[in-house]
Amino acid sequence: MFELLHYSFIQNAFIAGSMVAVVAAIVGYFLLTRGLTFAGHALSHIGFAGAAGALVVGVDPVIGLLVFTISAGIGMGIMGKRLNERDITIGIIMTLMLGLGALFISLYSGYAEKAYSILFGTILGISVNDVFITAIFSVITIVGIICIFRPLLFSSFDEDVAEARGVPVRLLSVIFLVLVGITVSMSVQVVGVLLIFTLLVGPAATATRLVHQPLGAIVLSIILSLLYTWVGIFLAINGTWPVSFYISAISFVVYLPVRLLSKHEKRSDHHSASSSHQLSTP
Amino acid sequence: MIELFQQSFVQNAFWAGTIIAILAAVVGYFVVLRAQAFAAHALSHIGFAGATGAVLFGMSSLAGMFIFTILAAVGIGSLEKRIQGRDIEIGMILSFVLGLGVLFLRLYTNSASEAVGVLFGSILSVTSGDVVLTLIFGIGTLIALMVVFRPLLFASIDPEVAEARGVPVKFLSIFFMLLLAITVAESIQVVGVLLVFALLIAPAASAQHITRNPISSILLSIVFGLIFTWGGLLLAFTTRFPVSFYIATFAALTYFIVVNSCHFLTPHRSSPAKHAHGENGK
Repeated sequence: MFELLHYSFIQNAFIAGSMVAVVAAIVGYFLLTRGLTFAGHALSHIGFAGAAGALVVGVDPVIGLLVFTISAGIGMGIMGKRLNERDITIGIIMTLMLGLGALFISLYSGYAEKAYSILFGTILGISVNDVFITAIFSVITIVGIICIFRPLLFSSFDEDVAEARGVPVRLLSVIFLVLVGITVSMSVQVVGVLLIFTLLVGPAATATRLVHQPLGAIVLSIILSLLYTWVGIFLAINGTWPVSFYISAISFVVYLPVRLLSKHEKRSDHHSASSSHQLSTP
Repeated sequence: MIELFQQSFVQNAFWAGTIIAILAAVVGYFVVLRAQAFAAHALSHIGFAGATGAVLFGMSSLAGMFIFTILAAVGIGSLEKRIQGRDIEIGMILSFVLGLGVLFLRLYTNSASEAVGVLFGSILSVTSGDVVLTLIFGIGTLIALMVVFRPLLFASIDPEVAEARGVPVKFLSIFFMLLLAITVAESIQVVGVLLVFALLIAPAASAQHITRNPISSILLSIVFGLIFTWGGLLLAFTTRFPVSFYIATFAALTYFIVVNSCHFLTPHRSSPAKHAHGENGK
């Protein structure tokens, strides 16, 4: 069992997976407190078009992902507050991008496996080069978050008060969504476009239900995220089932009892409740 | 051009596409009105697990999608109000189910093109048996919708008043979810899991921006749905790009043109919406 760890592709998987897990857990916490989980979901789908486009042009899918998710992140950030109220608009932009992705996939004369691996992840096929790229972007994201930590936390909890106190709310929102874009692009390697929700929102959603205090919730979220990823990779290399299945299943199985047993209402629920209410007055 | 229509797979595609476009447009009207866009999105992802799971048990993928989406619909419908705006909960369930879909796919076959077909639609491979099944369920759904039309409209616009007047709001909610499930399962054939938004939400959302009258809004929504589908099919047959790309592009373009031009016509349109948001956010 432990001799498996000597294989370089498994080492790569564990190293990249761990980095992605840590970054996704931190970014996911803020995504949740800002009520932007649907935006995170949409960013990953938008990234699919980028990755598929990169395949057609013949560059690394990660580059296509980064270009698309970062520009979409900037766009969403500029739209600002209105974003919460725009589930339908985000959904339709997402649809357009997915359609574009379908076009690129049909233009790309290669194998459907490539498309499949973007959609569902290829952690066991990661190269040393990918590990380096992941490391660089992890550092950028974590440093970015640390730099804006206090004002970001403030504006996440009470945007109006933060704005009144002179916090550059709009700028923070843009920077944060760019960081989300980078995180999404990295996470694609591990769980794929379609299952990013599990790594990005799963651990943070469980952690915020258990711990109220921000720092504690972030730390717990990181621990959970690492556990999911490690256990997922470990089970996958010992069996035949895919990593993304294990990670999404573990994430769900841990979340479910926590959700059912904890009663307190979170702020993000208010956010999403009001945004859905919004849709009834189109 | 004409001889194209003599081929049976082209006829099947047009028949199925037409039935689904009408059905999705009508059901979509209520989805937008009831602010259940994200639930529709989740149901389509659940359909992915159904489609891949069905192959595992030797059923047709359409049958599998019906079973999975209908079961999920009963669940979502019975949670009713509690599920509204619960992006996180729905998101967790949908990523778990997607993971399950990946697992089914792996267990049955490693065919990545099978997965891509379900995700992005495969209208050109619709058989005449599928057309008959689509027609039966389509007509059944439309008749059911006509039967509950008035109370459903009432309950969608103002659930509290409707409930006070003795309208069975809870029952209608579950019943509508069932109809939505059938519609989603059928739409997946044309545009695939990922692009259900294009047929279900985009025509209805565009139509509701143009007119508020329910009947004319539904009729306009049907016209949009048919134009997208027929235009997409025609272009797909004459060029080599996929149908879902065309449909998604038409849908998104129409939506954004309509939203922006309506914005110019009635610049104060968003103010009551903002007001509602502010009230709810507190």
